[in-house]
Amino acid sequence: MARAVTNQRKAINTAFAWAIGLLIFFPILWTILTSFKTEAEAIASPPYFLFFDWTLENYAVVQERSNYARYLWNSIVIAGGSTLLGVIIAVPAAWSMAFVPSKRTKDILMWMLSTKMLPAVGVLYPIYLIFIKMGLLDTKIGLVVVLMLINLPIIVWMLYTYFREIPGEILEAARIDGATLREEILYVLTPMAIPGIASTILLNVILAWNEAFWTLNLTAAKAGPLTAFIASYSSPEGLFYAKLSAASTMAIAPILILGWFSQKQLVRGLTFGAVK
Amino acid sequence: MATKASRSAARLMMAPAVVLLLGWMLVPLIMTLIFSFKKYLPLRGGDLGWVGFDNYVRFVTSSAFWPAVQATLMIVGGVLAITVIFGVLLAMLLDQPMWGQGVVRILVIAPFFVMPTVSALVWKNMFMDPVNGVFAHLWKAFGAEPIQWLTQASLPSIIIIVAWQWLPFATLILLTAIQSLDGEQLEAAEMDGAPPLKRFWYIVLPHLGRAITVVVLIQTIFLLGIFAEIFVTTQGSFGTKTLTYLIFQRVLESQNVGLGSAGGVYAIILANIVAIFLMRIVGKNLDA
Repeated sequence: MARAVTNQRKAINTAFAWAIGLLIFFPILWTILTSFKTEAEAIASPPYFLFFDWTLENYAVVQERSNYARYLWNSIVIAGGSTLLGVIIAVPAAWSMAFVPSKRTKDILMWMLSTKMLPAVGVLYPIYLIFIKMGLLDTKIGLVVVLMLINLPIIVWMLYTYFREIPGEILEAARIDGATLREEILYVLTPMAIPGIASTILLNVILAWNEAFWTLNLTAAKAGPLTAFIASYSSPEGLFYAKLSAASTMAIAPILILGWFSQKQLVRGLTFGAVK
Repeated sequence: MATKASRSAARLMMAPAVVLLLGWMLVPLIMTLIFSFKKYLPLRGGDLGWVGFDNYVRFVTSSAFWPAVQATLMIVGGVLAITVIFGVLLAMLLDQPMWGQGVVRILVIAPFFVMPTVSALVWKNMFMDPVNGVFAHLWKAFGAEPIQWLTQASLPSIIIIVAWQWLPFATLILLTAIQSLDGEQLEAAEMDGAPPLKRFWYIVLPHLGRAITVVVLIQTIFLLGIFAEIFVTTQGSFGTKTLTYLIFQRVLESQNVGLGSAGGVYAIILANIVAIFLMRIVGKNLDA
């Protein structure tokens, strides 16, 4: 039997939770609000909260001065490309581990996870050197490959846990009915696996979008994604609150929206199934 | 069951992922190991030959080493303490019946999706700036002298920024764990007259034990490697130079690759010690 909850207690919970939720969200809200102010309003004391002259000017200036569109395109190519490449490589691997497990499957999975624990800074120079030698420094393709490799263990793990939830009997039935391996994968497995694959893509696009070690160290003006675009605002001459806010809002808005859809996958993807 | 043919097909399908990750792990790792035993200054003479364990000794005896260890421990420890304590409290609050639960959850989780460079810059300029920041306005409103956050209280400032980013992660995982708690057990305890604090201590907290361990281990691995938050705020000055940042400076800024690589090997060893514990927990779960 469910516990009866008085409306009074529910009201207290609600007020308390909303207050804390808004407090945690406040920096994001403040950034979004400031992006619509003029520079003078942005540093006014005491600060304006809602009652100022809303303007879109900052967005226009940011796009014009630092070419937001190009960085956005780089982010899309790098995050999307690395995720898609990773999924293409991971689907067969996760499929075989989930449906044709051997004694070593668990060891391979654990070993893949262990590559994720390698601190990036420990291999910074070798990667940097390889990038120089191969002419990959400040190219999108170089970052696509590196971010794909970084996220590959998570992609394999997530797909593996999703695939394991697909009942093997269905696949066997298809096999008995004479389906070839290709047909089995294409017509039986894929439709059932699509939700899991979609979740995996979603979370990994977010992780790649926000990655800020390799993107800062391996790119310059040409292939820099939005993480580098924002870092360029840390120099003193870029210190305009309203414009910084507009640039920040544009950098996080796409992923904030995607993120809200991926709350559940977050737990599964980032704990490697250790918490359910 | 699985035939011989399907077994070899399975092996073939696994091959690309395994080969790629093997290369990604071994090639740079071996290069770092080789560099760490060499005097290697790309801008001042290049490869100057083998020097044995010189770099390893010099890295730990340099005056920057212990402050970096301290800064790293303070940041990792501070962020872990804040995120775990507030994460547990927040998860318990969010588990209560309320109106608009979904919206509140979205508000709480949002910081996790903000890229590190954005959150660091927004906090640095719009909140912690001693003249125009929100905190400065707040302090002035109460008649207090605004704090020079990133210079006078640099470590706490970094801890606040990073904790804000990771609190959603801890909360979300602990919330998932709390929701799997058996409600009847709690009810029985309540009916038997156990006060709320005792119920929390003897039922809720033990149930959360594993989730808390997972949060601590995963966050430790990520926190040992934080970079962007320091890169765009203090650049490692005012006592915020962590091990990761120190190695980055040795390798890319002063281009002393041998010394930096020795530091990198230390970092790899440190991360592996944490990883072993995490892998045990994940491995146990895989068997179940």
